[in-house]
Amino acid sequence: MRTQRNGSRRDFLKRSLAGAALLCGGGAAEALAAGAQSRVVVAHDTQLRGTGSAIDDQRMLALVDRAMQAFFDRDHPLDAWRKLVRPGDTVSLKVNTLGGRGISTNIQLVAAVCERLQQAGVKPGDIVVWDRDSDELERAGFHLATGGNCVQCYGTDRTGYEEELSAYGSVGSRLSKILTQRTDMLINLPVLKDHDGAGVTIALKNMYGVIHNPNKYHPNGCDPFVADLNMLPEIRTKMRLSICDATMAMYEGGPGYKPQHSWNANALLVSTDPVALDFTGWQMIERKRAEKGLKTLAAEERAPSYIATAADNEHRLGTNQPGRISLVEL
Amino acid sequence: MCALASGAALGMTSVVQPPTASASGVPTETSGDARFVVEAKFYEKQPNRKIKCKLCPRECVVGDKERGYCGVRENRGGTYYTLVHSRVCAAHVDPVEKKPLFHYLPGSLAFSIATAGCNVNCKFCQNWDISQSRPEQIPAQYTPPRRVAELARQYSCPTIAYTYSEPVIFAEFLMDAADAGHEAGIRSIVVSNGFMQQDALKMAYGKMDAIKIDLKSFSESYYRQVVTGQLKPVLESLVTLRKMGKWIEIVFLVLPTLNDSDAEFRGLAQWVKANLGADVPLHFTQFHPEYLLKNLPITPVLTLERAKAIADAEGLHYVYIGNVPGHPSQNTYCPKCRKMLVERVGFTASEMLIKNGRCPFCQQPIPGVWHV
Repeated sequence: MRTQRNGSRRDFLKRSLAGAALLCGGGAAEALAAGAQSRVVVAHDTQLRGTGSAIDDQRMLALVDRAMQAFFDRDHPLDAWRKLVRPGDTVSLKVNTLGGRGISTNIQLVAAVCERLQQAGVKPGDIVVWDRDSDELERAGFHLATGGNCVQCYGTDRTGYEEELSAYGSVGSRLSKILTQRTDMLINLPVLKDHDGAGVTIALKNMYGVIHNPNKYHPNGCDPFVADLNMLPEIRTKMRLSICDATMAMYEGGPGYKPQHSWNANALLVSTDPVALDFTGWQMIERKRAEKGLKTLAAEERAPSYIATAADNEHRLGTNQPGRISLVEL
Repeated sequence: MCALASGAALGMTSVVQPPTASASGVPTETSGDARFVVEAKFYEKQPNRKIKCKLCPRECVVGDKERGYCGVRENRGGTYYTLVHSRVCAAHVDPVEKKPLFHYLPGSLAFSIATAGCNVNCKFCQNWDISQSRPEQIPAQYTPPRRVAELARQYSCPTIAYTYSEPVIFAEFLMDAADAGHEAGIRSIVVSNGFMQQDALKMAYGKMDAIKIDLKSFSESYYRQVVTGQLKPVLESLVTLRKMGKWIEIVFLVLPTLNDSDAEFRGLAQWVKANLGADVPLHFTQFHPEYLLKNLPITPVLTLERAKAIADAEGLHYVYIGNVPGHPSQNTYCPKCRKMLVERVGFTASEMLIKNGRCPFCQQPIPGVWHV
């Protein structure tokens, strides 16, 4: 995976694409292949928390803007969001709140996304912030809202799951009605965590929170279950963007919150390719593990093999090839 | 998981009325579940607030705030809890023949209950809507053990049956309900996959009066691929239950192309005879497309008859064909004089001639529990 630092945003992108062409060997055909690369933006702000421990709302909004502008190559944040949504869309934000207040999708990130979505023309009542369970949302600090012309926020426990199964490969599950009935477009807002069974849990595995039976899909490091789940048409066609909240991340001991194994990464990862995003996040966790003197996940026999499965010829959900990931670090 | 469709699947009138499910798309409040939560019996504490479940051979290692594979047991701060004690999501009055138990109180009724959850994920499950769900996803009613016994008595059922989903996963509730039933003179029977650890099996099913085991295949690969379980522990359970002196019957659901070879039928019959004895009833039942195997056809009756012929030839005395109403192999025949002793029509025992545990024609002992 190539990384870019310093210089202007447009310079990053130019260098990134040029570098990809060189790595692929050049030539017209290779240039086309390079054009098909998956972009992942990793945006940092070391001052995200100011002098305190809480995330500053305005700095978070600015970080989201920088990440989105870089990803969509736009000079104005709303232009970036308008590449994604239009008035009349119903947009749902799938957060991850299993880790409680310790390590869940930050409210400040969700607020920033909701603000920009509304400014891009999406009605507040057409936005749903959701996860599996309302209690978990509340424990993570979200306030439930289920009516009126405001952003909605509740768990699937309030609406239930579809009666009919959705099936692909090893997976047969009932999908949340929030996804099937309240969502034109899904924005995935996972966190960046170690996972004792799966290796890591980032964007792809966050979809375990949209089905009724995630407990059935943890054997064998969640492989091929994670990939098969993301193949379900309702997920594959509706998930348009992933913004991984890596403001706080966890390199060991997950998925439950372990403060001793967490660090303030102060970053967001943005991509439309959840496989590339997961691969990038996995490498961040590996770097932190190395820094802490821990073995690699592979050495612990829990490397996230589902990421490669998601990229294989059967699934083609994205790429896990470093040479095909255009990484933009801000 | 019950191989035969039971009350929940067939839409029988529920005795315990569950609360109405929330309307589609309309957020509603949900009630707490504290009264269903009881510390689990079968687990070990581990470092870092993890636990290892010792209920079934899966041995899930579960972190804090997580659940095991069954979805009904949760680690809360390093203590493991069942979430389904007294959380009855299905309750029906069924003929005991529907379990099926053919040699246990024929013609009687069983007060049949289930909670959500299962420790395997059979691709052919007929009750997947409850077995493959988490408890909070299924309407249920608080029905503590004594209430279960009261309802059984109220509906003139000499037995409580734990069935429909997989009773292994509500072992604590099953044990307490069996105790309450026995205090009230009500027996307990269980319909189970037998995929359990030996200690849990002995403790939980030690309280049962009869046990039907779904032996889903005689192949480890089938168990791995179709059931998401293992064969060996199930065979061990059968041997242990037999040694414990429990009345057991075996159901083998026959799936076209997947577990219907002569070799599998023969291997199964030989194993049953050698390890459990020729008198243990073996039911070959017809598969109907369900859940994740809707692409397979219904099992041809000829296949079931072939299975029975092979098992008969291997020397088993009581081999039945199930899920085929009106088939003569639903009846019980004396293995010595071949006369019909119990005639069954559907799930009803229409004629029962066995007297004092013997064939009335030739006095051959007929194993089973024939009278209350």
